[in-house]
Amino acid sequence: MNTPGGEVAQQAELRTGRLRARSGQRERHTPSTAGTAQLSGAPPASAPAAPPGPNQRRDPARTAVEILHLRKTYGSLVAVDDVSFSVTEGEIFGILGPNGAGKTTTVECAIGLRSPDSGTIRLMGIDPQADKAAIHEITGVQLQSGAFPAKLRVGEIIDMYQSFYRHPADVGELAGALGLADKRKSYYRSLSGGQQQRLSVVLALIGAPKIAVLDEMTTGLDPQARRDAWELIEHVRDRGTTVLLVTHFMEEAERLCDRVALIDSGRIVALDTPAGLAARALGAKTVRFLPSAPFDESLLTGLPGVTAIEHDGHHIVVSGTGELATAVIVAMHAAGVETQDVRIDASTLEDAFVRLTGRHLHEAEEGAQA
Amino acid sequence: MTTLTLTRPRAPRAAFGNMVINEARLAWRQPAGMIAGTGIALLLLVIFGEIPVFRQSSANLGGYSAFEIYIPILMAFSIAIIAFTYLPGPLVSYRELGILRRLSTTPVPAYWVLAAQIVVQACLMVVTLALLVTVSIVFFGISAPKSPAAMVLAIALCMAALFAIGLAIAALARTSGAARGLMAAALYPMMFFSGLYYPVQLMPAVIRDISNYTPLGAAVPAIGESWVGQFPPAQPLLVLVGYALVFGFLAKRFFRWE
Repeated sequence: MNTPGGEVAQQAELRTGRLRARSGQRERHTPSTAGTAQLSGAPPASAPAAPPGPNQRRDPARTAVEILHLRKTYGSLVAVDDVSFSVTEGEIFGILGPNGAGKTTTVECAIGLRSPDSGTIRLMGIDPQADKAAIHEITGVQLQSGAFPAKLRVGEIIDMYQSFYRHPADVGELAGALGLADKRKSYYRSLSGGQQQRLSVVLALIGAPKIAVLDEMTTGLDPQARRDAWELIEHVRDRGTTVLLVTHFMEEAERLCDRVALIDSGRIVALDTPAGLAARALGAKTVRFLPSAPFDESLLTGLPGVTAIEHDGHHIVVSGTGELATAVIVAMHAAGVETQDVRIDASTLEDAFVRLTGRHLHEAEEGAQA
Repeated sequence: MTTLTLTRPRAPRAAFGNMVINEARLAWRQPAGMIAGTGIALLLLVIFGEIPVFRQSSANLGGYSAFEIYIPILMAFSIAIIAFTYLPGPLVSYRELGILRRLSTTPVPAYWVLAAQIVVQACLMVVTLALLVTVSIVFFGISAPKSPAAMVLAIALCMAALFAIGLAIAALARTSGAARGLMAAALYPMMFFSGLYYPVQLMPAVIRDISNYTPLGAAVPAIGESWVGQFPPAQPLLVLVGYALVFGFLAKRFFRWE
């Protein structure tokens, strides 16, 4: 598949590469564009100059996460197959995809919980398999399956985890932001699922990590708590933390992420800014019909919103935006041409997801909300 | 690529203290082990001490009373109950719930939680043993241990052997249910061979021989001998060392953090 997203991915890759080369840092782990380039096979495009997202504190020249040709199998199952991406310091990078796509395996390899079969991983230049202790110092992790002892109180768990780190974050602020301030005396087991989830987010950020890895951060949260968590993540990023965010939710990715890698069956199928993904998802609307007679195509190309006209056998496929179907049918009628067998495809986020992954987004969301 | 692995501990030492405190809180809030290991041992000691016939020395028991015979048995019993109640079950459930896995992503080594549990249980054992010894001396007129150093050694080896067995069970059991099953399967025969149900001295020779090679069967004479004044013979001490080493190795070899 030759997707426009691949181009954008490559642009981003080139951008980080160029900035890094300019600053002369991280020579040991020279980034390669090869991994991303082969995802699309697209020719290099001119790189936009602006760094992704507003953030003054981060140093965009430094690569926080570098993953090249990551591969991980469980027996005959290939969980992650040649995944490559790099994340700039201070960036919020989303990994989006359906259940079983390999998102969790990717981040668990990144933090050293799993050892990859092949490929290179560097977090702030550190190989997670070679120096786990250093990785544990700089990362804060929220795991999907993480739990805590039922009969410990929230405050006791928080205080213990805070003591694990030499330079911990302000716990009161974190807990307050996620509505846990008045829960310090509650036993872990008495928390609702959403509260347990929020606690695990607090504990992921408690060490003031350079890189926060959040796996399904907002799963099980109600909409308000979800927005609170998003605000907190933006806040933490503004202080310079790089965020690796695994998510099912297109909305979450759109709201938070500077860039998103869409993963399916262990491979990156698109890597783009959320705006880029959304434009692809929302922009393309098509009207397909069988004209009763030949007509002058300039009748259609002159219509507002029409971007392309293609022939599919005897059918005409008009692509564009806006009230496309009405405009096409009215124009054809005015020209005395009947439009038969009309089919309208209005792309949605769902369609983009399906087109890119072959799976339905709601299947993934059902799994997340269960 | 050459990589230098740095294994120096990076977590602040205060973290270990906090883990010990939280494990102590958990033990206090789930007091089954404390009730069985401390409460029942003390209760049995008092009951046996109040039965007049138990206080009479018997030629069958080498000139000791049944009460005196039971003191080291109850001491070994409380060590076993505390080790087995608090070690394998909670440790396996920590693994099942992903608590160990979550810990392994922090600067704290995951084995610290295990060490914290052992510290808490060792403290609980020491308190329980001190209570048993004190009550025996103060309320039942038993003379104080003659070789306290030897007794401390015997107790320490008994604790090491039972911790090792508990950890091996935690390593081999996939679920906390399986851990409880293995624990019970190990505990009841051990208690039988310790003489808890019936003094080993009165059992057939073959049972006595087997008993000498079980953890509690070795611990009881080692503790008892040092109480009455002799340094315990090497055989029971070596049996305890053997259990600690073999099961410690099994635990290390097969323990899974996730």
